[in-house]
Amino acid sequence: MKSLAELKAIKDKMKDKVVLREGSSDIRVVVGMATCGIAAGARPVLNAFVEEVNNAGLSGQVTVSQTGCIGICEFEPVVEVFDADKKVTYVKMTPDKVKKIVAEHLKGGKVVAEYTIADKA
Amino acid sequence: MIRAHVLICAGTGCTSSGSKLVEEAFQKNLADCGLTEEVKLVQTGCFGLCALGPVVIVYPEGTFYSRVTPEDVKEIVEEHLLKGRIVERLVYSDTGEEVVEDPTKVSLNDTAFYKTQNRVVLRNCGVIDPENIDEYIAMDGYAALGKVLTEMKPEDVIKVVTDSGLRGRGGGGFPTGFKWSLCAPNKAPQKYVVCNADEGDPGAFMDRSLLEGDPHTLIEAMAIAGYAIGATVGYVYVRAEYPIAVNRLQIAINQAREYGLLGKDIFGSGFDFDLYIRLGAGAFVCGEETALMTSIEGNRGEPRPRPPYPAVKGLYNSPTVENNVETFANIPQIILKGAEWFASMGTEKSKGTKVFALGGNIEHTGLVEIPMGTTLRSIINDIGGGIPNGKKFKAAQTGGPSGGCIPASLIDTEVDYDNLTAIGCMMGSGGLIVMDEDNCMVDMAKFFLEFTVDESCGKCTPCRVGTKRLLEKLDDITKGKGTLEDIDELEALCNYIKQNSLCGLGQTAPNPVLATLRFFRDEYVAHVVDKKCPAGVCKDLLSFVVDKDKCIGCGMCARNCPVGAITKTDYIAEGHKLPSYEIDTAKCIKCGVCIGNCKFKAISKN
Repeated sequence: MKSLAELKAIKDKMKDKVVLREGSSDIRVVVGMATCGIAAGARPVLNAFVEEVNNAGLSGQVTVSQTGCIGICEFEPVVEVFDADKKVTYVKMTPDKVKKIVAEHLKGGKVVAEYTIADKA
Repeated sequence: MIRAHVLICAGTGCTSSGSKLVEEAFQKNLADCGLTEEVKLVQTGCFGLCALGPVVIVYPEGTFYSRVTPEDVKEIVEEHLLKGRIVERLVYSDTGEEVVEDPTKVSLNDTAFYKTQNRVVLRNCGVIDPENIDEYIAMDGYAALGKVLTEMKPEDVIKVVTDSGLRGRGGGGFPTGFKWSLCAPNKAPQKYVVCNADEGDPGAFMDRSLLEGDPHTLIEAMAIAGYAIGATVGYVYVRAEYPIAVNRLQIAINQAREYGLLGKDIFGSGFDFDLYIRLGAGAFVCGEETALMTSIEGNRGEPRPRPPYPAVKGLYNSPTVENNVETFANIPQIILKGAEWFASMGTEKSKGTKVFALGGNIEHTGLVEIPMGTTLRSIINDIGGGIPNGKKFKAAQTGGPSGGCIPASLIDTEVDYDNLTAIGCMMGSGGLIVMDEDNCMVDMAKFFLEFTVDESCGKCTPCRVGTKRLLEKLDDITKGKGTLEDIDELEALCNYIKQNSLCGLGQTAPNPVLATLRFFRDEYVAHVVDKKCPAGVCKDLLSFVVDKDKCIGCGMCARNCPVGAITKTDYIAEGHKLPSYEIDTAKCIKCGVCIGNCKFKAISKN
């Protein structure tokens, strides 16, 4: 190690990989992963969230997590986004929809209304 | 893409309760469920709750699973990692109540055990993989060394450490910055930095956990110390009984060398530093700084008279700075966050935090880190969860064989160096043994004396002969052969040994006796005058008797007595159908098996 820049390069490269363990992020994305959710395709959605959040450089602020059955099986895969005490529920999710939610909602702060439950029910 | 981290404790505590098998089970089950690309397994150092091992934490939720067996792993993988349902029956709950469903409520930091703690020294333990230097760097690792070598002069480093108020965590509490400043100006062809990791107090494992959980912190701190005092070589003296710690430290040293964080011209500053491990054979006296250096030199571990102090003539007769593992572990953060930050924690004369190994009669045994000045009451009741089985708190023993005890009447003492010294106790390296009403204080003092008698190196007479005589007197007292004069002689001998021994081992060896005499003299008196042991521990002063009116004559005691000391009598108590039993005190070995077997509480010891 001959310079601080080298050290910083390693730190930057690794930071995203351990930030997961710090727990309390501002925004929590929770994917419903009960049997119904998995059957409806929640796994690719979950993985897409992890990847997109990381690509967008948001891994410090956004935690992607999973939960059990939310109770609205016909709308699965269901994703809930918690930001402070606000909750937005996205339904009938696909990996393609994830890109838009990450870009507009998680990054831009604008809820993607057309994917929310309010628009479907 | 990794979406979850599973952290498995690989410290000594959890390794001995089977964490290696748990890790293998995770590998297999994650592979079976096709999750190896999504979930990362990390082996970490100690989380602190050793009694609940093996412990596993799953992030991002921060769910804390305790006492995980290899059979439980399938359920965690299939339920939690695959389906997102937390396995509630395995979640640690310090209140014993049903856990709430919200996963954020069961995270580690919300438990009472962790809430009151302030993990500065242990910040990376249980968080990073100790065998991966990159994870340490991600947590600001080696940034302090970089800052020191590129921006600071050696005297600036010493000033920051001095201003922080950091004092030696090995037990003595000598100001660290002052120690460094004594060594720095001494000119010599070679100076040394030595780390004392010869943790010898029975029941203490702070340094081991640090070495196992965050070995790079020590390497970084020793390099900083080397720069500050002008030393280019360091030694870590660690017990051979700590195989996991030794192994991880060696891995860490190798990684640091590979990255050029040890070796020549670190950070292009022209500063060279390298580090070597020396294994100790487990002699308690080698925790004394001069004996430790003698041992590193390859000689029999015996102390040398001071002065000259190690800062002038230490290892290989060269100027040397020696600090304890925990002391060093504070250094990088003091450099990064500043002396003021460190000095903002703790009390007026004791800054920062202290790690304690909590043990004895307490609900949660384990490793805790608290700000200096936390009351003993808070440590025992809030963090430790109180005394089990509804027993009463009697005393806490600190400082191991060199320390004293804090009685229940002083439970509100704020724990720091000076408060403990003021009550005739000492901080020690961090062993904290909690005792309840069933512990005999004379017996406790005898236990520690037995230890020092075994561990005295024999070089000086006050320690070699004096501690032996002390032990004989204590032994007489616990056998009912003592007199009141013996107690006075005991005290005089203690003071003589304290004043005349060569090194710290002998000078502090009488402390357990003096402290118990000070706070529990009545127990000593009970042993010599009434020939009774109030706590019911000293066997020679006990007799076991059957209350014939309570005995229903079931015979459980007689069947289980290993020496056949219990026999049937002719006496049938009123309302009972069978004759009662009695104990032949001549045959009785006072093992206590009969008490455990009697469901009618008819047998007592007094």
